[in-house]
Order: sequence, then C-alpha cells, then structure tokens
Amino acid sequence: MSKTPLDTVEHAAATPDVELPWAELGLKKDEYERVVEILGRRPTGAELAMYSVMWSEHCSYKSSKVHLRQFGEKAPENDAMLVGIGENAGVVDVGQGYAVTFKVESHNHPSYVEPYQGAATGVGGIVRDIIAMGARPVAVVDPLRFGAADHPDTKRVLPGVVAGIGGYGNCLGLPNIGGEVVFDACYQGNPLVNAGAIGVMRHEDIHLAKASGAGNKVILYGARTGGDGIGGASILASETFDDAKPSKRPAVQVGDPFQEKLLIECTLEAFAEKLVVGIQDLGAAGLSCATSELASNGSGGMRVTLDDVPLRDSTLSPEEILMSESQERMCAVVEPEKVDRFLEICEKWDVIATVIGEVTDGDRLEIFWHGGKIVDVDPRTVAHEGPVYERPYARPDWQDALQADGAEKLPRPVTAEELKDQVLKLVASPNQASKKWITQQYDHFVQGNTVLAQPEDSGMIRIDEESGLGVALATDGNGRYAKLDPYTGAQLALAEAYRNVATTGAKPLAVSDCLNFGSPEDPAVMWQFAEAIRGLADGCQQLGTPVTGGNVSLYNQTGEAAIHPTPVVAVLGVIDDVTRRTPVAFQEEGQLLYLLGDTREEFSGSAWSQVIHDHLGGLPPKVDLERERLLGEILISASRDGMVDSAHDLSDGGLIQAVVESALLGGKGARLVVPDGLDAFTFLFSESAGRAVVAVPRSEELRFTDMCGARGLPVTRIGVVDGDTVEVQGEFALPLAELREAHEGTIPALLA
Amino acid sequence: MTARIGVVTFPGSLDDRDTQRAIRVAGAEPVALWHKDKDLKQVDAVVLCGGFSYGDYLRAGAIARFSPVMDTVIDQAKAGLPVLGICNGFQILTEAHLLPGGMLGNDHLHFICRDQKLRVENADTAWTADYASGQEISIPLKNMDGRFVADARTLEELEAEGRVAFRYVVDGEANEGYGNPNGSLNDIAGITNAAGNVVGLMPHPEHAVEPLVGSGRTDGLPFFTSILKKLVSA
Repeated sequence: MSKTPLDTVEHAAATPDVELPWAELGLKKDEYERVVEILGRRPTGAELAMYSVMWSEHCSYKSSKVHLRQFGEKAPENDAMLVGIGENAGVVDVGQGYAVTFKVESHNHPSYVEPYQGAATGVGGIVRDIIAMGARPVAVVDPLRFGAADHPDTKRVLPGVVAGIGGYGNCLGLPNIGGEVVFDACYQGNPLVNAGAIGVMRHEDIHLAKASGAGNKVILYGARTGGDGIGGASILASETFDDAKPSKRPAVQVGDPFQEKLLIECTLEAFAEKLVVGIQDLGAAGLSCATSELASNGSGGMRVTLDDVPLRDSTLSPEEILMSESQERMCAVVEPEKVDRFLEICEKWDVIATVIGEVTDGDRLEIFWHGGKIVDVDPRTVAHEGPVYERPYARPDWQDALQADGAEKLPRPVTAEELKDQVLKLVASPNQASKKWITQQYDHFVQGNTVLAQPEDSGMIRIDEESGLGVALATDGNGRYAKLDPYTGAQLALAEAYRNVATTGAKPLAVSDCLNFGSPEDPAVMWQFAEAIRGLADGCQQLGTPVTGGNVSLYNQTGEAAIHPTPVVAVLGVIDDVTRRTPVAFQEEGQLLYLLGDTREEFSGSAWSQVIHDHLGGLPPKVDLERERLLGEILISASRDGMVDSAHDLSDGGLIQAVVESALLGGKGARLVVPDGLDAFTFLFSESAGRAVVAVPRSEELRFTDMCGARGLPVTRIGVVDGDTVEVQGEFALPLAELREAHEGTIPALLA
Repeated sequence: MTARIGVVTFPGSLDDRDTQRAIRVAGAEPVALWHKDKDLKQVDAVVLCGGFSYGDYLRAGAIARFSPVMDTVIDQAKAGLPVLGICNGFQILTEAHLLPGGMLGNDHLHFICRDQKLRVENADTAWTADYASGQEISIPLKNMDGRFVADARTLEELEAEGRVAFRYVVDGEANEGYGNPNGSLNDIAGITNAAGNVVGLMPHPEHAVEPLVGSGRTDGLPFFTSILKKLVSA
C-alpha cells in the first residue's frame, strides 16, 4: 500500500482512480464496490484493511449467517440465559448468584500451518473471550481431529498441537478437563483444533463489548503490537489451502502465555474495582475488530489515535497496525476519572496500557495517523452490516448411494474367538484407544477445583467451596455420522454431549457449538451445513437447551476434498453438590450392571464398521431426544440419591467399549450376560443412542429399577462388577492386563 | 492460636490460591505476599508455590530469585524461617542456593501431569513430621522441567546426610503413577537443607488436600499440618 503521501480520507476523496489491492486482501469485486458505495468514495488503505478483515468469512459469518439465525428463532424458553448469541460468549445462570460463560472456537487453519503456535493461540483467544465477559476462566477443553493416526504428517501436527495447548494452557493455570481426539483420513490436510473455555462470575459482574458515554477513554492494554498474524483472519481462515501459493507462515500469530496470565489477573482486578464500562479482546482482525465492534455496539462514535498504539516494530504501517493479530491484547472503555486507577493496576501487573482514543457523541469511527484522518466510517458497516450470502445448496448426488450402503450387511464375527478378536481390535484402535499420552501433557489439577477430568464423560469443576455447586462440560461430535446424515449427525452430537453431562450427575443447561465444514462455495458442503444447523437448532429446541454462542469454521478442505461435516457440540450442565457426582470407573466388586435404553442393530457409521471393515455408509443411529431427556433425568436422580456408583454413556464403540473403559479405570473386571432378545455381537457393538451403563449397589437395586420402571425407561440387568477379566458369558473372557496393554499401548506406539 | 503462613505471588504464579486453600484446610491462616514487596508481614513460614514465575524466561526460577521478596526470604530462611518450595518454588529455591542442585527439562521432553507415587525418606523436617519415614504417598506431579540434577559430590552429601526428603517410587513401574517420571538423579523428588527448615519438591501437595478434588486423596495435607503443629507448639 502506498505510504507517501499518507492515504487520508481527504486524499482518497481527491484521488478516486487509485487502484487498491482489494483482491489480494480477500475481498470479492462486488464486495469492494459495496465499500465504495457505503463510503461514497474509494476507501483509504486503512479503511480497506478494516473492511477486508471484518468482512472475511471468519469475522463476518457471511455464508453462515442466514442459517445461524435458527438458533435464535428456535431458541427454547430458558430462564437461565443471561447473555445470548452475539457477545464474546454466552452467559447462563447456574444459581446461588453465579453465572457461567462458555464457548468453543476453532483454530484449525493456523494449527495446520504451525501446529504449536496455532493451537496455543487458539487457547489464548478463547480465554480472552471469557475474560471479556467479566469472568474468571476456570477450565479449558480441547476437541481435536487429526488425519489418519499412522500418517507421517499426523506425527508432525499432533505432537505440536498437544504441546501448544499444554504449553499455553498450563502456563495460564487453567485445568484442561475434557475434549476429544479423533483420527480420520478426511482431516489429513485440515486438522480441527477447537478450543473451549469456561468462566465463572457473579451476576453483577457481567461485562459487555460496547463503548458508550461520550468522553470515556479507550485503553489498549497488554502486549505491544507487532507484525504477526497480519491478515490471518482474512487470508488464512477464509480461503482453501492451495499448494501453488507461497507459505503462509507469517500469517500465524505467536503466543506468550505469561503475558496472557498477567492480562487475566489485571483485567479481573479492574473488574473487581468496577473500573470498566465496556471491554473487548483483540483476536481475529485485531484493532479493526475491537474498535469497530465496541463503537458499533455502543451509543456513540469513537476517535482513535493510532500513533499512540505501543509497537513492537516501529516500521509498521497504519494498515498493518489495524490488521495485526498480535496476541494478548485487550481494549477497555473507562470513565475519565477512573483512568488513573486502571493504569495503576496495569502497572502493578507490569502490563503496558495506553489511552488510544475516546468515545465521541457522534456516530463515526475516526482513526488518525500522523495528524491525518485515515479512517472515517460508520462502525456498523464494518462490524455488523457486512455482506450476507445466500449460498446455493443442494443435497449431493452421492448421498443416496452412501446411505444405501449400510454397515448392517457387513460380515459379522461368527465364532466366540472372532468376537473376542474384534473386541481387542476395537479397544486398541486409535479412535477408541486411551488418550492418556495426550491428556497427561495437560495440567488438570490447577486451581484445586477439578472434580472430574478426561477420560470422564464430562469435565466437572466446583465453583463454590461452601455449597459444593459445580458445573460440567462435555464436547462431542461425530463426523462419520454427520457425513451419512448431517441433520441426524448434529443431533447425535448434541444427544451425546447432553448424555455425557447427565451421566456425571449434572443437569444440562445450555449449548455452544463449533461448526467445522468444507467450502461454502460448494453447494454440497453448504447443504451439509444447512442440514446440521437445522438439526442442531431443532434438537436444542426439543431438549430445552439454548445455543448461547459458538463459532463457524468453513473452508476446511484441500482441493476438492472437504472434511466430513463436523459439528462439535458443547453442553454445559450444573450440579448442586459435586460430592454427588458419578464417575466412569467401577467402584466396588459385586455391584450390578444395568443397561439403560434400547439396543437395536445399528452399525452404520460405527467404530466397528470403521475398525473392522474400513467402511462408511448407511444411516446413522436413530435419535430420540425425548428418550435422551428421560435417560438424563434418571441418571441425574440416581446420582443425587446415591443409587448408582458409576455410570458411562454408550456411544462410539458401543457397550463393550464403555465397559472396558469403566473396568480399566476402576481396576475391576466385569461379568456380562447377553440379555434375552439380543445376539452377542449386537449387544457388544451396536451404537444405538440414548443408552448408558450404570453400576448399582445391591442395596439400591430395587429402588433404582422401580424408578426406571415407573418412568418408562427400559432397564436391563446385564451383569456384575467382578474379578480381573471382562467376561461375556458363553463367549470369551479377556484379562484386564491384556485389555490395558491393547487400550493404552496404541497412542504412545504411534506418537511417542 | 494459629500460625500465619505466607504464600508468595510472582507474576506467573499459578497455584497461589490452591496453596492458600491448603493452608486453610490444615487450619492455619494464609497470608498473601507480593513479589515486589520485601515485607513478609511477620509470617511464621513461607510457601513458594508452583507456576511459571516471570514466564520462566531464561531458566525456571532464575528471575524470581532476584525479586525483592526473595531478598527477605533468603535472609530469613538462613536464620531458620520454614520455607517450602513446590515445583516452580523448588526451582526458585535452587536458583537462590537455599537448596543444592537444579532442575532440567524432563528426559522425555513432554509436560507430564499425573498422580505420582512418592516415598517419604525424611520425616524429620519442618514440613514432613506428620509423615512416617518410608511411607508411600500419592500426590499430583505436573511440570516440564522436573529432572533433578546435581554433581556427584552434592548427591553423595544429600544421600549421606539423609537430605533426600522424597523419592519417586520405581518398584512396580508398570503400574499407574509408579516410576521415575522425568529422569531425576537417584529418583529424587524433593530435598531438604541441613537444618530441615527449607524443603523443596516437584510434586504438588497442595492439590491433594481434599478427598473430592485434585487427586481425590489427602496425601498432601500432612505438609501443612506438619508445619502448623511445629509452629503452634513452638
């Protein structure tokens, strides 16, 4: 961009014919023309920079907006919702005066380019979203997806991503309590690195991203602004990778968790002293985003002097300063008489803080550089009135053939020996194997409130030491199911996360999502996206759990090949007393094992079909959300009243996977009997939804089965916790030691 | 009467609140100390907690050792003030030469977080009196730079004088939580100074003081009850 003479608003008006590099910045021709129309002149270089990043897919949701509206339109009545979609993160009431904010975001593309920094800054970004709501972050979770476990590039990407998440999250003092690790060849060039965080605050401490009150000061604080991540949002997140283009490494940001830790403490101290009117973190699109969103959400305008921004690199142009995605920065709006105190707190924490502007009583966002006005825009046109696309979508022509190719007709194990062999293969397969090698690189103890962490069904954090009030969070997604049927697949993800929260004894309250899909310019992908949102919105409406916010990641594709549609759903739950929580591990020999729910011959999209036959086709398991709700109620009641000592949800891998996990975690075996009406194979491997296995103390048996009977939930006694083998009577017995070796050996062998 | 135990917060300290809670659970009064402040507020003992003080730039604990608060801690520790260093706190104590040796990166090059089996080797220090010598305990370990090293003479001295306070339990290595987790020499997890008032270890007793959270055990609580008894009876 031309630097001499300075491209001011005046200069732009006087030189209408200057060609600007809008295409290089990712704008389409009609989008550029719209900018010119809005301004009534050509934009200045700085204005173009702002529009280009803010109108990128990543920041503007231009392809997804028309579909995302359903989350609002179909939102169930829910008194717990305090802040909904549109803010940095949603906020729900969890009782006793506490509010909880949570959100999941993607950092997929940067993590492929530079795994360590991409994943690290993903954690940093989501944590700043949580602080920006006024909350102290209390936990993080990381749903991850990689290419085939034995592909050489997975060995580059996965260890880097895991080290990055650990390296950043561990230094922030945030326990990592959950998430997933899934391998599938479809993620080979497009790993999915989603990051979620939970924060806790008192109701009165909720803060919003808006600049109001003329004369209030705009303070930029945190790290200095450097040249990293320039155009990251527009270029990295909004375009498909193409081998022909040069390396995009400079567009990935570099994180400094130490700086972020200081930012957290100093922000919370400023909140505690009620010094902050509005606040916004600097993430994608940096200052462009923070200034335009703060101004757009507030009642007035804003004037910013860009010369006052502390720089790491003094040669940066104003356009670069506006686009920089340097990490660990935040922007606060503070009343003039409180500015000194705010700066004092920043100084205490050795955080650089600078007044860079003020709120005006106009309605323009004006930015100055070297005395010249280089931006003069209506902030709403930048932040909220970007382009909206009704992308064409169509059910792909291969969908029928895919759905017709069901796994139910694949050859099944015939002999007991084959059955046993397939059980061992299943629990040792990369997707079903223990992820301990990964999760033990994350601190899950810090803050001293972790009640449950992975591999439990959901992570659980105590939020009040006196009363024992706690929250649980589970994230789930199954791209294979969603590929077979995106509508049902999204609902299955919701159902699984909902169930995972309920098995631990917490009541599901609200939902956040991270929607990972291929290119929206492909009508087939757009159909998957539309269907998944419709499924999720319908499901949330039926379950009474509103979507409080989330994130969309598109263009997850390499060339023509898109990833499986992968909606990742996070469900937040609340538990009155964490001492009533229910773990996965078997606790005591002699306890009775009960299977809750109905088991059907459902194998399409299953782990069995993948591990044994490398097959994907058919229709995913049926969803019955009323049944999920009933199952949830039973599990919560059973936890609260001490009727079950362990519980595990049944999902990928079916019943045998769940029983093996409970047995290995508890160090106690199980004797199983195939119930009447089921064959051993279906009993062990079916992935019918709406099911859980619970261990019931003998003294509680009658009370428990009576409760299930009275409320109409099918309950089947399937065995007992016993011995040091997992035995299926009349079929086989596998020693725990052998199962442990199979289950825990796989991941270290592939990656260590 | 109860004892007042100070917990220093450096920029980048992470377990300061947890440590304060552990002190409270044990029945003592936690007192927050600030790295820029030389004043120890007349506490009876000090805990340097875990975290990444000053970002662990340069070397873990290397910058914290030069903070104003450490000037006083070093002087008073030499005069007998009980000081416990946990994880980053242990690293700071070695950088401050209150304890010998130092910590290098884990031999497997990864951060490791797990419940770790330890054997109490010295139950005569200010911080370990409520344990029995030879007792096996399980408390969380979580670090990147936990590999204890020292020159041969120092190691010999530590062993000969019984100043190895905790050792990783390596027998039964195949089982969960057993084994040397980082390549520490002589399987050393923690040590004490000759006087027994300064103790440092890599694992985190403050995460094992309540049955429900952290490791789910209370094996770490005796650290805090040991010092409380010592101070109250003194």
